Amino acid sequence: MTNIIEIKQLNKRFGPVHAVRDLSFQVKEGELFAFLGVNGAGKSTTINILCGQLAKDSGQVLIGGADLDDRPDSIKRELGVVFQQSVLDAPLSVRDNLQSRAALYGITGAAFQQRLDELAELLCFRELLRRPVGKLSGGQRRRIDIARALLHHPRILILDEPTTGLDPQTRKLLWNVIDRLRREESMTVFLTTHYMEEAAEADYVVILDSGSICAEGTPLELKNAHTGDFVTLYGVTEQEVQALGVAYTSLRDAYRLSLQNTAEATALIVRHPEIFRDYEITKGKMDDVFLQVTGKKLEGGEGK
Amino acid sequence: MSIFTALVKRNVTLFFKDKGTFFTSLITPFILLVLYATFLGDIYRDTFVMNLPQGISLPDTLLDGLVGGQLMSSILSVSCVTVAFGANFLMVQDKVRGSSKDLRISPVPSSTLSLAYYAATLLSTLLICLVAVGACLVYVYVVGWYLPAVDVGWLLLDVVLLTFFGTALSSLVNRFLSTQGQISAVGSIVSSCYGFICGAYMPIASFGEGLQTAVSFLPGTYGTALLRTHSLRGPMAEMQRLGVPDTVIQELKDALDCRIYFNGQAVEIPAMYLILGGAVAVLVAVFLLISLTQKKAQK
Repeated sequence: MTNIIEIKQLNKRFGPVHAVRDLSFQVKEGELFAFLGVNGAGKSTTINILCGQLAKDSGQVLIGGADLDDRPDSIKRELGVVFQQSVLDAPLSVRDNLQSRAALYGITGAAFQQRLDELAELLCFRELLRRPVGKLSGGQRRRIDIARALLHHPRILILDEPTTGLDPQTRKLLWNVIDRLRREESMTVFLTTHYMEEAAEADYVVILDSGSICAEGTPLELKNAHTGDFVTLYGVTEQEVQALGVAYTSLRDAYRLSLQNTAEATALIVRHPEIFRDYEITKGKMDDVFLQVTGKKLEGGEGK
Repeated sequence: MSIFTALVKRNVTLFFKDKGTFFTSLITPFILLVLYATFLGDIYRDTFVMNLPQGISLPDTLLDGLVGGQLMSSILSVSCVTVAFGANFLMVQDKVRGSSKDLRISPVPSSTLSLAYYAATLLSTLLICLVAVGACLVYVYVVGWYLPAVDVGWLLLDVVLLTFFGTALSSLVNRFLSTQGQISAVGSIVSSCYGFICGAYMPIASFGEGLQTAVSFLPGTYGTALLRTHSLRGPMAEMQRLGVPDTVIQELKDALDCRIYFNGQAVEIPAMYLILGGAVAVLVAVFLLISLTQKKAQK
């Protein structure tokens, strides 16, 4: 897979605050890329630079091989952005909103109608077309935000905390749509989220702290590198668990053993088959990774 | 539909959908008309009568027509600018609500976005000001009609030109605003001060010499003077016909700002049009230049 986004030694300061420091990473075409960090870590600044909304102090941003400094307009055509807060015009109807935004990309008349039909089908909002955006629920408005971002068939969809505050049903619908777009249109998705279960589904994760990367990799690599394995052991006494000589926590009907990795867990099980009669092995979660590498908890999602 | 047309349509629709802004803009000229007629009409009328030479008396309708013309020119000169500021606040509200971010992530040049705000404000303001012209003409017709058709035509041209000016001025000022508080502050300052500095509430001729010199540098002054000239030319011609001496008429023209002096020289009407038109061109050019060169928004 080729790199569709390449960020090289990006820097941005706001007065004394160094919001982004020597940031470098790549996003591969078609992947779901998760960008994690607490508020103020530099995520939004990076996204704003990526979208051409904010000037960088130094560094290079390449999108689809083109330099953002040289070809900002053609790059803007490649990006669809769903902002944290809905930025559509509340007094206008869904249709009027989408029509005015589509025109910005030269999509008018029959072409607009066709695209509107496709998106209304995909995101299930045909019955909302005549309603003012300001009168929609949070979930309905989010669907329209995503439709707006997809109007011009972008190659990259940037989602800035798209599911915060949404009900589970709408979250599920949105993720189904995103999965479909990735599958059918090889769309690259650049995601920031507070929900660790969403980050865990990503192909690649970058964790940002104080403007620089503190960890990156696939979720599995991060879990392996920054958290241990957990063995939940059922049907044993506490004396038996103590005899194993590993750290553990008591659960209501089981004991949870903390081990460095799967190899250590396997060795322990093999040495004590009489104790490991009923058990399950799990990897650490992305919350544990985040806590381990930043020393902070993300607000929202599981990390709360 | 072109990108520009779509943006203008969006901006105009948003202005008219915002009932608060729209109705406030629409009723402001009417409120001014009622307030002027109620509180200032008699004062103006008495001043005219007192200043007439001994032995000359004018019909009531002529006096009322003269006062009505003065009120009309004052209202229109203020409305063309204050309504433009109100309509153009959409530009700032888009920043406050984040919509401008959504527009700027598209590949549309910032100059197109800026011009679309200008054009939409111009259309909305023109619509409201032409309604105000209609209301004022009805008022003048009721109290005393001495306006020739040609002056009504000039009056309409003045309103259009002053609306261009108000829109350009508000575009430039609003470009630097980014919060709701700033909108309120600028709105209050403009609506309370502009009428004074353009000579709408009080004739510039009644100001001190220093202040007169200062306001003679402001293009809006010439907009008010044009409106005054075309609103009062008819009644003054009638006064002349009824035997009011030319010296009195000339004094009246000076006293009511039908004639503005710059550096001691009376500014002719074509020069006033040139000043106002030039001011529009300069303001729009600066506005576009700022749009093109302004650094990308800081977080």
